[in-house]
Amino acid sequence: MKADRTIWILPLLVLLTLVAAAVGLQTGAYPLTLEGAWHSLGQLWSGGVPQTAEERVLLDIRGPRVLAGLLVGSALAGAGVVYQGLFRNPLVSPDVLGVSAGAGLGAVIGIFLSLPALMIQVLAFAIGLATVALVYLIAVAVRGRDPTLVLVLGGVVVGALAGAGISLLKILADPYDQLPAITFWLLGSLASIRGTELWNVLPAVLLGLLPMVLLRWRINVLSLGDEEAKALGVEAGRLRAIIIAAATLMTASVVAIAGVIGWVGLVIPHIARMLVGPNFERLLPAAMLIGASYLVLVDTLARSMAQIEVPLGILTAVVGAPFFLWLLWRGRHGWSS
Amino acid sequence: MRMDRRQVMFGAGAAALLLPQSAIGSQAFTDSGGRKVMLPDRVQRIFASGGPAAVVVYVMRPDAMIGWPRAIRAEEAPYLLPQVRDLPELGMLSGRGDTANVEVVLQTRPDLIVDFGSVRPTYISLADAVQNRTGIPYVLIDGRFEATASSLRTLGKILGVPERGEALARYTEDLFGRLDKTLAGIPENERPRVYLARGPNGLETGLTGSINTEILERAGGRNVADAGGQRRGIVQISPEQILVWNPDIIVTWDRNFHARIQAGADPVWASVKAVEEGRVYLAPTAPFGWIDRPPSVNRLIGLAWLANIFHGNRFPFDFRQETRKFYKLFYHVELAEAELDTLLQWADGRPPRAPSPR
Repeated sequence: MKADRTIWILPLLVLLTLVAAAVGLQTGAYPLTLEGAWHSLGQLWSGGVPQTAEERVLLDIRGPRVLAGLLVGSALAGAGVVYQGLFRNPLVSPDVLGVSAGAGLGAVIGIFLSLPALMIQVLAFAIGLATVALVYLIAVAVRGRDPTLVLVLGGVVVGALAGAGISLLKILADPYDQLPAITFWLLGSLASIRGTELWNVLPAVLLGLLPMVLLRWRINVLSLGDEEAKALGVEAGRLRAIIIAAATLMTASVVAIAGVIGWVGLVIPHIARMLVGPNFERLLPAAMLIGASYLVLVDTLARSMAQIEVPLGILTAVVGAPFFLWLLWRGRHGWSS
Repeated sequence: MRMDRRQVMFGAGAAALLLPQSAIGSQAFTDSGGRKVMLPDRVQRIFASGGPAAVVVYVMRPDAMIGWPRAIRAEEAPYLLPQVRDLPELGMLSGRGDTANVEVVLQTRPDLIVDFGSVRPTYISLADAVQNRTGIPYVLIDGRFEATASSLRTLGKILGVPERGEALARYTEDLFGRLDKTLAGIPENERPRVYLARGPNGLETGLTGSINTEILERAGGRNVADAGGQRRGIVQISPEQILVWNPDIIVTWDRNFHARIQAGADPVWASVKAVEEGRVYLAPTAPFGWIDRPPSVNRLIGLAWLANIFHGNRFPFDFRQETRKFYKLFYHVELAEAELDTLLQWADGRPPRAPSPR
């Protein structure tokens, strides 16, 4: 019965994602006619270089931004699914091991040192990865305890330290220049995404996705618990390390270009689980598709509500928090069934 | 524990009692916030509450400065008097990021605290609170651009340099007067549409009516980021919106952003009218920003510079002569030819070097 339902839920989600992308492409401050847009898209497809302002908006601004929404949304939701399964806890989000706090610290250091935009992203990516590596090393060093518990606690502690570093730099930053930039970065935005940045992070996201796809059935087993996994012949420790590395790689790369965007990795996996159940093989693509559509739509809202940009972190929280409460109140979707 | 706290409180009380005699005021003064403050007879040590106040205190009484809200950077130092370059970083008391410790304030033994900026109930209550806790008179002076001349006169009086206040106020009135005369002949729809680019990727700006962009309007430009004047402050903008606005002129002080635009590396910015026509201007930031950063009297030179950029020959501006005059009059420094050249090249889009980390 459930399997039957899933068969047409995934194609529907693909359709939803395409619709979201089309809505995103057609909405924006610069007036584009529907036919004109598709006409220029067709021309560009056949090898043209953007000439008119319309084509430039489509190819250099809105196109990359919609693609970025798809990439960031799917990566955050995918990492969320993996983490929630790994920690067997529905309240876990991709930043539980401190990746967002670390990336935030990296970006804030970059802004504080007045580095160029690309270096800010590189620092965010590198320190995001380093933070999780540190948490993992702590967990390895503290043996003989529940490994997931130590990981989560380590993430909380190291994340809090990174947060303290961010606060310190905010205090020291130039209030007329750097402080606004820091604030905007920590609230997340796709406003400054360019095509080249997408190409920079896409390989990292795909590299993170690869082990998730290859090891999908083992991840299923892992979500049963370490003992059960062992009984079924899955070595929990090494698998956990691989999955954490993969999910962290995905999250750190998208956070580096988009800033800290909360709630997507927490709420989207729940919606996906409601639709297709807990089987990771179906859960991962479903969550990634929903995450992609969700972020593209929210970002479309963020850039078309007013002349100014509304930071994504604010919108995802305003939309995500009530929805999460509704899920709690409804409470019918089983965690493990 | 309770004992400790009592001791601390006693200590602070004793410190207030031990303040130099001159700090106990004898002349009453009503500041811009309508607060009655007893001023010391002779002002010798001034604590500037934040960036804007530090500029105006330096301009008025460099000898009475005891520190900066933020340490002076190497590239800023040549444009300041030698005795103030190495003054300590004391943090700021008001505005965003309250980093000064009241005990530090006491320890530096100021006999007056000066705040220069917006006069709102928050700042009035903050001034009262600091003054009550430290026993040091705290004056709040209106820092709006339009009030500059009268604020300079007021500061001259309370800081014991009335002639200096008068001279600087005259300079300001003369500049504003010449500008008003020029602008009277330029109808609203002939004024250039200007975008002030902030932040590492140029996508932050200030909305019309914000203190960060008021210089654009004062110089006779039209800020493209106009939300009807209802909302203020710094906001983020999408590149698409910038194409829609298509500003005639872009002004920035961010060297990274300016360099990227000049390199033509970014196809999005390349199709904006201002970039196509080569009308992207980089404002110097030494010793203080020319158009903002902080929003204080340092903007006067930037005002004249921008007005000339916006209106060309209708507002003549001899760069070397005006800059030399302003730096001499306000910053007490006689610019060497080489320093003048540095500023000239900077304003011409060739800054001294990549912005240095602190």
